[in-house]
Amino acid sequence: MAKDFDPSGRMPDYFTNAGTSSFTQFLNHASPELLPGRRPLPPGLSADIAPHATTIVAIATAEGVVMGGDRRATMGNLIASRDIEKVHPADSYSLIGIAGTAGIGIELMRLFQVELEHYEKIEGTMLSTDGKANRLAGMVRGNLGAAMQGLAVVPLFAGYDLSPADPAKVGRIFSFDVAGGLYEETGYDAIGSGSLFAKSALKKKYRAGLSTDDAVRLAVEALYDAADDDTATGGPDLTRKIFPVVMSATANGTHRLTEAEITAVAEQVVAGRMENPGG
Amino acid sequence: MAMQFYASPEQVQRDRSEYARKGIARGRSAVVLTYEGGILLVAENITTLRKISEIYDKIGFAAVGRYNEFESLRRAGIRMADVNGYSYDRRDVTGRFLANAYTQTLGAIFTETQKPYEVEICIAQVGSSPETDELYRITYDGSVMDEPGFMAMGGQAEAISNVLRERHDATAELPAALALAAQALGSVGGENGQTRKLDQKQLEVAVLDRRRKGRAFRRIQGPALIQLLEGLKDVLDKDLGGVDAAPPPPPAADKPTVSAAAEEDAADKPEAEPTDPAAPADGVNGDGS
Repeated sequence: MAKDFDPSGRMPDYFTNAGTSSFTQFLNHASPELLPGRRPLPPGLSADIAPHATTIVAIATAEGVVMGGDRRATMGNLIASRDIEKVHPADSYSLIGIAGTAGIGIELMRLFQVELEHYEKIEGTMLSTDGKANRLAGMVRGNLGAAMQGLAVVPLFAGYDLSPADPAKVGRIFSFDVAGGLYEETGYDAIGSGSLFAKSALKKKYRAGLSTDDAVRLAVEALYDAADDDTATGGPDLTRKIFPVVMSATANGTHRLTEAEITAVAEQVVAGRMENPGG
Repeated sequence: MAMQFYASPEQVQRDRSEYARKGIARGRSAVVLTYEGGILLVAENITTLRKISEIYDKIGFAAVGRYNEFESLRRAGIRMADVNGYSYDRRDVTGRFLANAYTQTLGAIFTETQKPYEVEICIAQVGSSPETDELYRITYDGSVMDEPGFMAMGGQAEAISNVLRERHDATAELPAALALAAQALGSVGGENGQTRKLDQKQLEVAVLDRRRKGRAFRRIQGPALIQLLEGLKDVLDKDLGGVDAAPPPPPAADKPTVSAAAEEDAADKPEAEPTDPAAPADGVNGDGS
């Protein structure tokens, strides 16, 4: 960044002008090399050069939302990571999970976190839940070129809505496609390679107005079903004590289930499957 | 073509300094001081436009003078901090780095442009104890001073500083620190040299809470500020002092601390300055005319 400063030491005017409250728009002027989606890629498919992150599920509850993700990243037939974390808080009241090329996904997620915080600090107020989702859709759209060469990344966004249009619907879930399409989901959604199986499990078990605890259990069950049928999704690893990352967003803010909490839930789910493998 | 009169560089600098100092002295004041639990930032401010802001995790910003000028500096600080934190790590953003950038910028503006900025700003970085707190005062000409635990700027800053110098105590708790700040700000500006008693509507208050992980900045307003000004500290110990975790308090009215969520409520009010010609000229938005 220092190279941009003129010899007098004065900041360049794009630092001080009123222009934009968006961090990504600002980076466009200040340090475009920090933005994803504008690096020239060699022609051809490059899908297998980097680890892929897999299944994420999100469930709307009576109090907000719950989001869970398995811990596996794959590279072709190899397990690239057993303990990658793919679900993160986006800000105090919302969560983001990523599936697809892990490196680009993590960069997108970090940028999105800064984007939300930046807006909050500049404007002194938080973006609306829909505003956050739209912003994320724009960032996914920027990655379309890389996506067409096999480096696709698709996030799942869910949050507690502080000013919902319908007071009964405080938990909101948004899914995206690689072209930046934005879709609001009702009740639950899943993304990633195991999403087909996770969604089928959720379809059978989901009921509107779940409590957060029930939704956590349901998320772990759905991830178990995904791991059951999809090699790229990791199940609860009892030998290494690696369990899914599960987070909730409610009026109290975001909360990541502690090791002890998630261990208890995962052990219950595994014990249940000992009796009945189909859940 | 008319000949320009010769003015010596000394004269030009003196004129600019005088111009900037006058502009700053016309406005209302702000004070920043350390206390046991963090750093307290208080500005006398009757508008909804803000003089105090969050910059980064441990760093806060307070300013006096012309609003448009310090607002653009505030934005620049947030932008620089976020770019640095994004490209390195959150821990790599420091108050000194920001103070350096501000001093360079204000210095260049002072020497190169016709009109200097009529602002004085404070960059505060909270540490793990009052001894490790950092307060930087950056003035209109780009000079920077590392202040010892308290500072006053704008208006009759000298008189306010004297009150703080006599009574500042880095081991005081928040209600005592706020009472001192309010008294110091009220020690000037009364009729016939009387002191004034400032209430919740006249004060903009925020803290950098040293016990919080992550973003330490908390704005204190509404019922919480009233309680605090009345010296109720039990309520606050629970919510400010004791809270160490990331989850913000829910946006319920009975919670004294103010999260970003509650700020949203406050922001529902129109942000524009009331254009009442009878309203007293406030330094926050102009030249005092």
